[in-house]
Amino acid sequence: MSIANKAFVWLLFAAGGTLTALLFPVLIALFLLVAAGVVPSGLEYEAMHGFASSIIGRTALFVVVSLSAWHAAHRMRILAHDLGIRADRAVAWTVYSLAAIATVTAAVLLAVTRSPVS
Amino acid sequence: MTRRPYVRPMPRAGWYLRQPRYRAYMLREATCLLVAVYTVLLISALFALASGEPGRWNGWLASQQHVGWIVFHAFALMFFWSFQSAPWFMLAPKAMPLPLARFPAAARLVVAAHYLTWLALSGLVLWLAGVFEA
Repeated sequence: MSIANKAFVWLLFAAGGTLTALLFPVLIALFLLVAAGVVPSGLEYEAMHGFASSIIGRTALFVVVSLSAWHAAHRMRILAHDLGIRADRAVAWTVYSLAAIATVTAAVLLAVTRSPVS
Repeated sequence: MTRRPYVRPMPRAGWYLRQPRYRAYMLREATCLLVAVYTVLLISALFALASGEPGRWNGWLASQQHVGWIVFHAFALMFFWSFQSAPWFMLAPKAMPLPLARFPAAARLVVAAHYLTWLALSGLVLWLAGVFEA
């Protein structure tokens, strides 16, 4: 991993860190509500599908999923080192590949989520 | 003549148990595991949504309703707030190259701006989710 690449993934890590710090508490609270059997109206199928079909909603969901994935990937690489795992090249390949797969999967899923033709 | 600088011996694993500072650092780093879990959960939600069948989405919602998930999310919420959100807001002025952030008053302003952004964004998400309705 060259220094130039490190700066790039660090930027994704920092952006993802800020985004998760700001957004994840409320996101986890929503998961908690759903787990408790309380589904707010905005999370019902019509509303959620409409949100994910809109340009703004689609962009927001893509940014959240991809930045979270890259943030987690970079930090897991550092965590592996801190836990005494010295196979950095293999770890970096694994975590960044997973983040890339998450990014592409989110992009494809959101691209095929279309408003139903009425 | 080769230089042989002194390298303080440090165990490869378990070094973080030595000091409260190291332990707190490792707990902050461990929040990435929660981020990974929720990223996977979000992608599973996108799978259910992309199918275009209301039944798949309702099935996904039903799959999330379990007492185990309640415990997990409640723990995750406390852990994430304590070791990711709050520390990240506090360190923001230190990470910023703003010349202003060197002044304690300006640094406090940067931290306050993060808390305000967090409040506004949380309110927006709850409003979009329809929590304020009914």
